[in-house]
Amino acid sequence: MTEQSRALVDTGSRLTHGRAVIDFAEEVGAEGPIAVVGGRTRWEVGGLPTVEPRLVSAPSGIVDYKPEEMVARVGAGTTVGELNAALSQHGQRSALPDRGGTVGGAVAVGENDRDVLRWGAVRNAVLQVTYVSAEGKVVSGGGPTVKNVSGFDLPRLVVGSLGTLGALAEVILRTNPLPAVSRWFRSQANPFDLYDQLLAPSCVLWDGSTTWILLEGYGPDVDAEAGRASEVGALTETEGPPDAPGPRRWSLPPGELRRFALDCSEPFLASIGVGTVLTTVVQDRGSSSPAVAAVHDRMKLLFDPSGRMNPGRNPEVR
Amino acid sequence: MSVLGSINRNIKSRLAGLGAGQLAESDDDRLVADLRHALSDDRVRFDGAERSLLSKDASVYRGGVAGPTCFPISTQEVQAIMRIAADHGRGVVPRGAGTGLSGGAIPLGAPIVVALTKMNQILDVDLDNRVAWVEPGVINLDLTRHLVPLGFHFAPDPSSQQVCTIGGNVANNSGGPHCLAYGVTNAHIEALEVVLPDGEVAMLGGLDPEPAGLDLRGVFVGSEGTLGIATRVAVRITKNRPAVKTLLLSFETIGDAADTVSGIIADGIVPAALEVMDQRITEAVENYVGAGYPKDAGAVLLAEVDGLAAGIEIDARRIEEIGRSHGATQVRIAADDAERALLWKGRKTAFGAIAQIAPDYYLHDTVVPRSELANVLAQVYEIAERHELIVMNVFHAGDGNLHPLLLFDGREEGVLERVHAAGREIVEASLDAGGVLSGEHGVGVEKQAYMNRMFSDDDLDHQDRLRRAFDPGCRANPGKVMPIGHSCADIQALRSVPTGVWG
Ligand SMILES: Cc1cc2nc3c(=O)[nH]c(=O)nc-3n(C[C@H](O)[C@H](O)[C@H](O)COP(=O)(O)OP(=O)(O)OC[C@H]3O[C@@H](n4cnc5c(N)ncnc54)[C@H](O)[C@@H]3O)c2cc1C
Repeated sequence: MTEQSRALVDTGSRLTHGRAVIDFAEEVGAEGPIAVVGGRTRWEVGGLPTVEPRLVSAPSGIVDYKPEEMVARVGAGTTVGELNAALSQHGQRSALPDRGGTVGGAVAVGENDRDVLRWGAVRNAVLQVTYVSAEGKVVSGGGPTVKNVSGFDLPRLVVGSLGTLGALAEVILRTNPLPAVSRWFRSQANPFDLYDQLLAPSCVLWDGSTTWILLEGYGPDVDAEAGRASEVGALTETEGPPDAPGPRRWSLPPGELRRFALDCSEPFLASIGVGTVLTTVVQDRGSSSPAVAAVHDRMKLLFDPSGRMNPGRNPEVR
Repeated sequence: MSVLGSINRNIKSRLAGLGAGQLAESDDDRLVADLRHALSDDRVRFDGAERSLLSKDASVYRGGVAGPTCFPISTQEVQAIMRIAADHGRGVVPRGAGTGLSGGAIPLGAPIVVALTKMNQILDVDLDNRVAWVEPGVINLDLTRHLVPLGFHFAPDPSSQQVCTIGGNVANNSGGPHCLAYGVTNAHIEALEVVLPDGEVAMLGGLDPEPAGLDLRGVFVGSEGTLGIATRVAVRITKNRPAVKTLLLSFETIGDAADTVSGIIADGIVPAALEVMDQRITEAVENYVGAGYPKDAGAVLLAEVDGLAAGIEIDARRIEEIGRSHGATQVRIAADDAERALLWKGRKTAFGAIAQIAPDYYLHDTVVPRSELANVLAQVYEIAERHELIVMNVFHAGDGNLHPLLLFDGREEGVLERVHAAGREIVEASLDAGGVLSGEHGVGVEKQAYMNRMFSDDDLDHQDRLRRAFDPGCRANPGKVMPIGHSCADIQALRSVPTGVWG
């Protein structure tokens, strides 16, 4: 072990970093532009790299999984698919969307799963982050328990930061129990009325004419929910929702989906009660207010003064 | 040395470094005049009684010194206060109801106290977006009372909900018994209008699910008033629970109750609430309100499941089975709403009951992995016994959130030193078990000195950077959260010697 990595192991904190994290810190180093490659499934989000960065890969593998605690510590390079497969052995799942990418990628991008109403938002699932800073140091924030308010919330800062503040090495995630039963239904009734009528849908999707509803839980409860929904309009059991009509992801207040549907001339699939829309055209998201932009700029400058972490990417541009 | 002693010493050494006690009378006069000009004469106060009242919160810490106190009624007024503070080089301490337990609202260095209690309007309930826009001084329970007839409520329900404010909940990322299934405050805040320390107004977050940019809203929640002042809050509102089932399980030992809790979580059940009370507190509560708790039980577990009708029956049956397999001697299921309310009344009046037993108490707050509950609780009793203190435990067991309550009589010579020594050992035991410093009360001044027991210098350095991105001058709630040795730990413009002793 080199002198530098020895210093990294002895952090003074309660968290000991494994060999893989130390090696990753050495790989990231303290100089030159770098970009972390995950599954390249969201490579273009926030802009492509401007300069030619050195590509690095985060450690992969499940470091520690305690099903009885509903928490898992995983290398950021682990694929979400591999993680969820391991969790499903114990009847659990993470909140991360499985789109072929890595855990680190999913956290850095911060997009929620389609069934966010059931699994919760990604930002609420990340309990602890360990990343390599622009100075090449291993930094951790948050804690291993499901509840924690000890100090400033670095995990929430990192979720959705597109790797521009540090290179994610490892995370501790909260896990959720899998439902006993999952069933999709289809209806021609008003999607907003259906959503209001349901007590706990996992997902309600609408393409402007048809609504698809995912009901999950114990069998009798799913039957009862389906019964309640059919008071609004007839329900048919179905295989599942259609594929998204396009790759462009919009983020709207759920109350604006009605108006969106009237204005939109492209095919779309909207998540009722959530506000995510998948369609073919890019959303114009405007720009941050000057006050918010000033905080962003200071944050970037304080975390990455030389601009070496994922250069060219900007979490404000989506 | 005790935490108390070390805080006291640190404050004194920092004061010495700053040439404390030099505050000219006319500086304050000019400051008050500027504030009165911006607000009004009656909403800027600087008299002895007000200052002494606002120098404390619900924690055991004493020795804060308040500067002028302002009662703004609009975002513009908060903005004006921030700008005046900047001009005068003063710190600013936001304050809600003052029920914080880690000293977060205690003014250090005679800062301007910004009391948000007059900004207490529920501005809008937006059912289409399922949010309510509120001012920060709205009381938690008032909001839920307003929402319930509409079919909704605000899920975070701290035990102090009858008095604490939404602004305080946001600042402390507060939890409550029902946060086990629903998540703590951070999961329920969609957008925040804040006045930044430079006086700029920023809207953080948004009503859409994935707002662009860094999650500054998520970072602000739990920042204990150190990143700015929240002036409007969009809280997520939650549909009222269609069905509820409440169980009271009795055990011979608290270890059995704790093992039942880990057993339930391990079984894949996430109940709405899982609260444990030990024998001493159960007896105190029973004498106080007569909720029908078994006084002879070693511990009771209050479990609640909610949601859809069939699921709660299945889960309640499983909880009962798991309890019995861990030696539950009695399982009582609330037959109706009245009985459920009675069972909860016992839990929620626990602190009132304690006032009957000892004049003073110190409520601790750490979190441990749920499988470590029984182990750490055993250590807590041992620590209290060694320091000759009475300890009671009533806590959010489902989250692993311990709340050891040390009872004492502050008039007894040297007792505070023992209380703090025991507290430190409890924190160490929790960290050793893989836990964290605080589950809901925050760091404030209480746990500053422990921060480097949990985090490395590099970890803390990055927390400090996060802080300075919002507040380069470290003027928002100066002297809180960050431990000595980090830039924002120094109390800016600390000019008045704390009156009295810490503790
Ligand atoms: C008997 C009792 C029971 C309790 N039970 C619980 C419990 O179950 N769960 C729990 O989590 N807590 C509990 N608490 C602690 C406390 O009630 C909570 O932390 C509460 O959220 C504080 O609200 P407050 O309005 O009293 O805030 P204050 O004590 O006035 O302030 C707390 C912090 O918030 C900051 N602040 C206040 N308003 C704003 C604002 N608008 N913008 C920015 N910063 C602001 C202050 O500067 C301070 O740092 C309990 C306290 C008591 C006394």
